[in-house]
Amino acid sequence: MLPQTLYEKLWSSHVVHQEADGTALIYIDRHLVHEVTSPQAFEGLKLAGRKPWRVTSIVATADHNTPTDHWERGIEDPVSRQQVETLDANLREVGSLAYFPFMDARQGIIHVIGPENGTTLPGMTVVCGDSHTSTHGAFACLAHGIGTSEVEHVMATQCLLQKKSRTMLVQVDGQLGRGVTAKDVVLAIIGEIGTAGGTGYAIEFAGSAIRSLSMEGRMTVCNMAIEAGARAGLVAVDETTIDYLRDKPFSPRGVQWDAAVAYWKTLRSDEGAQFDKVVRIDASAIAPQVTWGTSPEMVTTVTGKVPDPARIDDPVKREGVERALKYMGLEANTPITEIAVQQVFIGSCTNSRIEDLREAAAVARGRRKADSVRRVLVVPGSGLVKQQAEAEGLDRIFIDAGFEWREPGCSMCLAMNADRLEPGEHCASTSNRNFEGRQGAGGRTHLVSPAMAAAAAVTGRFTDVRELSQ
Amino acid sequence: MKPFDVVDGLTVPLDRANVDTDAIIPKQFLKSIQRSGFGPNLFDEWRYLDVGQPGQDCSGRPKNPDFVLNQPRYQGAQVLLARDNFGCGSSREHAPWALEDYGFRVIIAPSFADIFFNNCFKNGLLPIRLDAVILDELFRQCETTEGYRLKVDLAAQTITRPDGEVIAFDVDPFRKECLLNGWDDIGLTLRHADKIRAFEEQRRAQHPYYYA
Ligand code: SF4
Repeated sequence: MLPQTLYEKLWSSHVVHQEADGTALIYIDRHLVHEVTSPQAFEGLKLAGRKPWRVTSIVATADHNTPTDHWERGIEDPVSRQQVETLDANLREVGSLAYFPFMDARQGIIHVIGPENGTTLPGMTVVCGDSHTSTHGAFACLAHGIGTSEVEHVMATQCLLQKKSRTMLVQVDGQLGRGVTAKDVVLAIIGEIGTAGGTGYAIEFAGSAIRSLSMEGRMTVCNMAIEAGARAGLVAVDETTIDYLRDKPFSPRGVQWDAAVAYWKTLRSDEGAQFDKVVRIDASAIAPQVTWGTSPEMVTTVTGKVPDPARIDDPVKREGVERALKYMGLEANTPITEIAVQQVFIGSCTNSRIEDLREAAAVARGRRKADSVRRVLVVPGSGLVKQQAEAEGLDRIFIDAGFEWREPGCSMCLAMNADRLEPGEHCASTSNRNFEGRQGAGGRTHLVSPAMAAAAAVTGRFTDVRELSQ
Repeated sequence: MKPFDVVDGLTVPLDRANVDTDAIIPKQFLKSIQRSGFGPNLFDEWRYLDVGQPGQDCSGRPKNPDFVLNQPRYQGAQVLLARDNFGCGSSREHAPWALEDYGFRVIIAPSFADIFFNNCFKNGLLPIRLDAVILDELFRQCETTEGYRLKVDLAAQTITRPDGEVIAFDVDPFRKECLLNGWDDIGLTLRHADKIRAFEEQRRAQHPYYYA
């Protein structure tokens, strides 16, 4: 047999039916559901008199609209509350494998709770009405975001209509420098290939630098595959994957576990498998990254400068940079380390897992929030992450540093709840999107790693974390 | 879904790359549990000078006169010319819902984000990928010609310019057929229910650990 890529293995093991033009019906193993993109799908299902095909494929939570403080007051925004209550009612009616409603001990961001509960397993197809579903590809799952019509389609048929993607290998070899994290790796990749560089591709991340990352780090990288335009990111199974999944609440046990592991170990690209495109990155050359514009590809290193549009020849690009600088309130050629921040956000499905919080705490330990910084939010990705962080005393470190320690949720990643930027405020954010208005109308987002966010919090401006840490 | 056949529509040029779904429909409007009514909030942050709230009547809000959609000559547009990577960002189907609700039926760009591209077809909206050089010419003509219209014929896969020039475009045969007929994907898929059931049974036997 011809050598196959991981993507091809996952694809071919899920094809139920194929049309003449290549459009295929793909079987879906896991369906993740949250309150924002599901109400219209549940309603459509009901209106058509259809029943969900396999409710035990559903894992659900409320995360986008939920507040991150004063839980005793419930959800004060009536529109948000209605959306969350609609989810409650829908899940009560149809059922699920697991539902972690608002205030549940295991509630959290859908892309954090799926893996930590062992409901995301290697070899699965995983979908969710949310573009950052690519996160789950860290477990060698074929995982991608879908629209609400497709949410309804998956509920009704357990399948999705799909065309096969092209394959891209992003090979990151070498050793990451001190203070350089998974977030810096993925931002550097996006800086290299651009936000549309992965459009039409499934990206497999490989190489010694990817292998050396924890599952948390791999999830950070795959999470942002969509920011490079790719619907799906992938990392092959290895011991790190298997160790992570052992004894998770929904992970298989006993003989089932052994059978699963034997299969999972085959989930990697074969020697000699052909990719449609290959990108090579030298890990040792990556420095801490900071975005300066309104698209994740508008990124440079902390030692760099804001670009000068006058030096860009392509008129569409130049205008894009000019518009971004105007929105961000930045002058051409400003050194990144001279940009002051008024808020800091540590959280989101990119960087709210335990390892992310440890990285931020290592920088915050024994330091204080700069007076010029109005607020530092630390928002764990889930109730379980929160518990773990508190058991390790990370909450104390943050609180002692003058940071706010919050309840889990999406929070200021997209500011659907009360956590948001004021117009004109600059924010060092560990989230994944720096689009105009993403964190609040007029807000200015700079994407960074958790360590870099904490460094900005304690110094009031972007600071090379390598100079801070002892 | 509304079937798509021929649209002869007023055309508006949106001359910026990487238009993301947060720009197409800002998050505060995603709190709705409806599928319709998003049109007035399409491009909300660019279209209005104030910050829009869900459920608000938009007719009295101050409009941004510089934003292209607000120019009198483009009122009633059905065809949108756009730049690279249109619809990047989140999977929110509220983006095509808002475009469709506003009155758009066709979006022409050199490239689209994958999820957005997919979502369009589910909502009677036709996204067309066109070579950037050909598109540049459409932008130029559209900007300099009042009342510029493009005639888009899905069955023939052609775009006809006012000067009679015909441009061919590609579309997946399967998607084309669905859109032409206004077919419901779910109904189509359920014709294969037996196959799905058989696949599922085999998978359950082979990989029982996915069926906890
Ligand atoms: S944390 Fe942000 S990106 Fe992730 S699911 Fe929530 S809103 Fe989306």
